[in-house]
Amino acid sequence: MNNTLLEVDGVSVTFDGFRAINNLSIQIAEPELRAIIGPNGAGKTTFMDIITGKTRPDEGKVIWGERNISLLKMSESQIAQQGIGRKFQKPTVFEAQTVRENLAMALKNKRGPFDVLFFRSNPSIEGEIVELAEEIGLQDALDTPSGILSHGQKQWLEIGMLLAQDPRLLLVDEPAAGMTQAEREQTTEILVRAAQTRAVVVVEHDMEFVRRLNCKVTVLHEGSVLAEGSLDHVTANQTVIDVYLGR
Amino acid sequence: MRKTFISQNPSVLWFLAALGLFTLIVTILSEGFGLGIVSTSFIKTLGKTLCLCLIAIAMDVVWGYCGILSLGHFAFFGLGGYAIGMWLMYARTETIVVESLAGNIIPPTEQEVIDAIGTQIFGVVGSSEFPLIWAFADSLVLQLLMVVLVPGLLALVFGWLAFRSRVTGVYLSILTQAMTLALALYLFQNDSGLRGNNGLSGLQNIPGFEATPQATISIVFFWASAFALCAGYLFFAWIVSGKLGSVLRAIRDNEARVRFLGYHVESYKLFVFTITAVVSGIAGALYYPQAGIINPAEIAPIASIYLAVWVAIGGRGRLYGAVIGAAFVSLLSSWFTGGGAPDIPLGFYTIQWTDWWLVLLGVSFVAVTLFFPQGIGGLFDKLVRKQP
Ligand SMILES: Nc1ncnc2c1ncn2[C@@H]1O[C@H](COP(=O)(O)OP(=O)(O)OP(=O)(O)O)[C@@H](O)[C@H]1O
Ligand SMILES: [Mg+2]
Repeated sequence: MNNTLLEVDGVSVTFDGFRAINNLSIQIAEPELRAIIGPNGAGKTTFMDIITGKTRPDEGKVIWGERNISLLKMSESQIAQQGIGRKFQKPTVFEAQTVRENLAMALKNKRGPFDVLFFRSNPSIEGEIVELAEEIGLQDALDTPSGILSHGQKQWLEIGMLLAQDPRLLLVDEPAAGMTQAEREQTTEILVRAAQTRAVVVVEHDMEFVRRLNCKVTVLHEGSVLAEGSLDHVTANQTVIDVYLGR
Repeated sequence: MRKTFISQNPSVLWFLAALGLFTLIVTILSEGFGLGIVSTSFIKTLGKTLCLCLIAIAMDVVWGYCGILSLGHFAFFGLGGYAIGMWLMYARTETIVVESLAGNIIPPTEQEVIDAIGTQIFGVVGSSEFPLIWAFADSLVLQLLMVVLVPGLLALVFGWLAFRSRVTGVYLSILTQAMTLALALYLFQNDSGLRGNNGLSGLQNIPGFEATPQATISIVFFWASAFALCAGYLFFAWIVSGKLGSVLRAIRDNEARVRFLGYHVESYKLFVFTITAVVSGIAGALYYPQAGIINPAEIAPIASIYLAVWVAIGGRGRLYGAVIGAAFVSLLSSWFTGGGAPDIPLGFYTIQWTDWWLVLLGVSFVAVTLFFPQGIGGLFDKLVRKQP
């Protein structure tokens, strides 16, 4: 693949002697939609922690972009500024602030303290915020404190914040948890649309959801790749059935 | 869609109106200008209280908005006081020395004058040499610059070291306590160059205004303090009301998440820590000419802890809360400890407020933390919101 955006190569992480990630290698292209599945504790969240700089691997490489730069020496904020956005497993929005404030903070603008101090909103920025809010179905809740949103709405707000950053790579950890069937379907649409121009990596347990994403699937188990391919291909794999599906 | 800063923050106007009215009433009632109902010493107390309100809003921005529980901001306040105190003391001593040498038949050389000033100022610590840090003491402009630069630079260096290593929470609080303690201990030494535990005194005498009565000087400083509080309030309200305020509150609530949005959290903390240190220095520079004396005990760690208590009682995360807390608690404190409150005889024991005030304050602090985490400002908010 010559349009590789992210290359994780031979990465291992040990927590107190426990190998959570074991010689893991994954490549993500741009654009691409990729689903990652696997049993609890397989290392899916830790994989995202490594890419975003939250966890430092013991060995291995994480290479980004056409200039092949290593993400391992960058701080979390530098990695985010490279164009990597993340939605957490447990929705983490700023609950004391309104939907509008949350989105405004995420919007792709200069990030330095003085840029932000002298930042003044304008109609085009406000328009962008409204557009994003419409995409995530929160246009009527713009001035609502995000702490009082439902679980599903918080998930959406976080997806909205992710889109607001306009990243090249979106890492989405369990976006459908706590959502109704209709909400799940809309989430699928948002992610599929986003993946037309970017790389989107989705971790999800819900097989129906993954099927609707209709994309390449990577199965993680005990910190390394167990199988990779179409959903039908990996679900036919006997080891995958044994460790994950057959539980 | 777009609104001006003031229309978005009606509380700012209310606050400024209240402060203006208060200043006007106090002026009319003062000895210096009007009826003489309020004594000069009480004018000074009120002026000092306004300075404490100014450092309290700085504390509220750094703690209430950005979540950095600094227990060292009084160090910056004290440094501002020392910086202006050096000029006040130097210039006044110079006037006295020149006057006393004026009778000599041979006019004194410049060096003789400087030596005489040195002996006057440093005699108490057994020295007459000017330490290097007094190099600019003869220049008001440069010392005013020091009021801003010294606290600002200390905060910048300290903050850079602390935030860069991602020291947070209680560890950072302890570190700030250590900073203010170290500074106080250093200043207590006789060879610190700032007269050890004697501190700087006679600061209420403003050089060039020897003939002006204290009644007038006190009211002018009261005005200056009110103006500084007004300017500081507007400045901080502007900072915290925009997008920066949003990022600061986000850092307070979940700094790791803010990093993943691409914000360099450490620069924000450093910015807030330094800017609030500068404002604290300015507050100190206005406070000590009204207090008349500054010594290292003022920088003792306990002072910064009181500051946090005021802000907590007043209500974190709202600027007027900090003002209410600082004014209310510090005035109450001087009433209780100054013998204003009558002792309560219980027969077997007499409650003397000079001793028991601290207990009362401690209990109130615990009560506020447990039952009104929003502080007095929070109660105030509820009252205002009830009536549409
Ligand atoms: N900071 C940490 N310290 C110690 N152990 C950790 C840490 N983070 C993750 N682990 C362990 O690493 C393993 C992988 O965890 P991870 O959260 O990546 O799993 P996951 O695939 O996301 O699981 P789930 O489906 O439950 O979200 C788990 O056994 C977990 O307990
Ligand atoms: Mg997980």
